[in-house]
Amino acid sequence: MRQINIFKKISVITIWLWLGFFALVPNVLVMITSMLQQGDNELVRLQLTLINYFELFDTIYVRIFVHSIWLAGLCTFLCLIVGYPFAYILARTHHRYKGLLLLLVIIPFWTSSLIRSYAIVTILKAKGIINSLFIWLGIIHQPLQLLYSGSAVVVGLVYSLLPFMILPLYANIEKLDMRLIDAARDLGATKLTVFRKVILPLTMPGIIAGIMLVFLPAMSMFYIPDLLGGAKTLLVGNLIENQFLAARNWPMGSTVSIILTLLMGLMLLVYWRSSTKINKEQQELI
Amino acid sequence: MNRLSKLSYMTLIYLFFYVPIVILIVYSFNNSTYSMLWHGFTWQWYQQLIADTDLQSIAIHSLIVGILAATAATIMGTLTAVTLFRYQFYGKKLLHTLIFILIVSPDIVMGISLLILYSTMKISLGFCTLLFAHITFCIPFVAVTVYSRMTGLDKNIFEAARDLGAKDFTIFLRIIIPLLWPAIIAGWLLSFTLSLDDVIISYFVTGPDFQILPLQIFSMVRLGITPEINALCSVMFSITLLIVIVSQMMLRKKQ
Repeated sequence: MRQINIFKKISVITIWLWLGFFALVPNVLVMITSMLQQGDNELVRLQLTLINYFELFDTIYVRIFVHSIWLAGLCTFLCLIVGYPFAYILARTHHRYKGLLLLLVIIPFWTSSLIRSYAIVTILKAKGIINSLFIWLGIIHQPLQLLYSGSAVVVGLVYSLLPFMILPLYANIEKLDMRLIDAARDLGATKLTVFRKVILPLTMPGIIAGIMLVFLPAMSMFYIPDLLGGAKTLLVGNLIENQFLAARNWPMGSTVSIILTLLMGLMLLVYWRSSTKINKEQQELI
Repeated sequence: MNRLSKLSYMTLIYLFFYVPIVILIVYSFNNSTYSMLWHGFTWQWYQQLIADTDLQSIAIHSLIVGILAATAATIMGTLTAVTLFRYQFYGKKLLHTLIFILIVSPDIVMGISLLILYSTMKISLGFCTLLFAHITFCIPFVAVTVYSRMTGLDKNIFEAARDLGAKDFTIFLRIIIPLLWPAIIAGWLLSFTLSLDDVIISYFVTGPDFQILPLQIFSMVRLGITPEINALCSVMFSITLLIVIVSQMMLRKKQ
């Protein structure tokens, strides 16, 4: 007996129509736009070309990409070395406070990073709390220029994105089978060897997920350099914003955005490979 | 690491998270426009916020978009989770992947892609374009929240209901929704905060006639730092704080 399931049909069709129209079609349009050129009178000239992709090798674009990868990479690295021990301790807390401690990380995860970046601005500005404190203590006499520098941008990015590193790491470490660590210790492995050969490989999916959730936004959160870095520091996000809203060169902006998407695809691939590998290995062990 | 160093490390990170916010809130009560020195307590900046009629209409815009987007996204996200959990259909794996990609993809990519879509369709930017964008980026978060709750359900319940003659829509309405409502409400609340706080996507898809709070804050901050912005940010932060706490309590409710 197989009746036509109307509910299932309606659900599947609604979901696909919405996501198809608002998620798939727009990305196809970006891809097409990246292969057009800026028009003289209209927004784009309808003629397929790959010239934008060659233009990416222009020194201006290469410089922004390198600078942006450097800033985002530094931010990701800092988040990882600060966040990993934190997530590990948090996951291993056998405390009745664990729920509260986790909540205190979830709150900054969900609150507006614009507001949180603004909080950093108020601290770093010339008449901000740090300068006031240092002058009051007599360490300095003139306010330091803390804002509008590359380091201010990195501080802002780390401050905004650290929860995005901690939470996936926490979820991964939480699932870690402690018996494996005990077994390794029983077999005579030192603490460092256990970390290198057992803990690190098993938490690799969490590490990659964290890197993905920090690195990609760090390249694209254009308002953080706007607020903390002045006009000097440009991220790929600023480049895209600029091409779309100021230069009105949508094809070039789309091309840059495609590069960002490709980067995401690459990271997703690494993530999927590492998590399936670990699942397989764990199944073999059991 | 011993207990003490663990404890101090954790404390340091929590201080890093919360000290800037606390300072922001404390100084929203400071009776001085420029100085960071304490000049006494005042409600002045909050009174200015309340008296600002432009800001009032902007706040109402944000609330309307937030409520509508969260409601629509919750309905569609819940449907997505239920469909993915219960049915086999063509393109199921693709849908799974798409939801995952939508969560990790950078906001700016979605922002410009929707801008291109609207411009191709010749839809002028404003309330509707903003609302559709917000619904779209909230759906995956609701779907994931509800789906993870569903994996804890006993599949036999559905079989039992079906054996007793319930149609799928009845099962959805009478069994799935009552069992999942904490996750559904949590999904709604999280969507509402996402919508209320979004900067990047909204930046590209709203028109000059339809301003919302985060974009207003962004343009205010660009012009200069004032105690009113401190007050506004403190209000926004408190709202989010409350919503996040309630949503987490919902998610931890025992089934």
